[in-house]
Amino acid sequence: MATTVKKMLFILSKATIENVYAAFIMANGARMEGIESEIFFTFFGLEAIQKKKLEHLKVATVGNPAMHIPTMLGGLPGMEAFATKMMKKEMEKLDMPPVGEFLEILSDSGAKLWACKLAVEMFHLKEEDLIDDIDGILTIGDFYNRANTEDCHLLFI
Amino acid sequence: METTIAGYKINTTEDGYLTDFSQWTKEIGIELAKEQEIEMTDKHWEVVEFLQGKHKEDAALSIRGIKKSGVIDIKTFYALFPGGPLKKSTLIAGIPKPKSCI
Repeated sequence: MATTVKKMLFILSKATIENVYAAFIMANGARMEGIESEIFFTFFGLEAIQKKKLEHLKVATVGNPAMHIPTMLGGLPGMEAFATKMMKKEMEKLDMPPVGEFLEILSDSGAKLWACKLAVEMFHLKEEDLIDDIDGILTIGDFYNRANTEDCHLLFI
Repeated sequence: METTIAGYKINTTEDGYLTDFSQWTKEIGIELAKEQEIEMTDKHWEVVEFLQGKHKEDAALSIRGIKKSGVIDIKTFYALFPGGPLKKSTLIAGIPKPKSCI
């Protein structure tokens, strides 16, 4: 059945792998269904579009009850790297692309990728710190204007 | 559901996917494409043949698989089958709708 959703706008504010992939998979899934999609990277979400950082995102092992390990253990050196390695292995099995390749797929699929102007300034980032595939740096006002179409949904991650 | 297309009787799912690939012919592919407002070109057929090959191998289809296929890049894939490329191309190819989320 055809959906009435025409456009999905995602605001990605976090840089943990699970949140980044949630945004990417849903944004890509929208394109695959013929729905327009855009991602607005703000705050820590900007890590996912920084050339030097995007392949080094981690799973949160502290303060994450779903890890089912005591928080104290989650804080031990190497735990984060270990959990991340395990998760990436499982992702590869399901043919989930690494972050850089996923961004390429999104861009080629026609998804728009925007960086938040205020967060870019706050973290003292320069345009060359960000991937070449981003479509621009926007204020939140600019981003809301992009939502100004019928059957558009916004999702904060 | 049983329907007739291009003079052939075919069985399809509710959303129009062939349930039995052996019923598929190129004429059916052309008609299914027309219903999607797609005019088939050589490049379209190349993609369709690739997908059918994957179906025969029982391999899962994903957008990443398309990227790696060497048959077509993602931009062109979206341009050839606008509005849901993997859904539309598999429909035309007479193979099941992909169940993958990626």
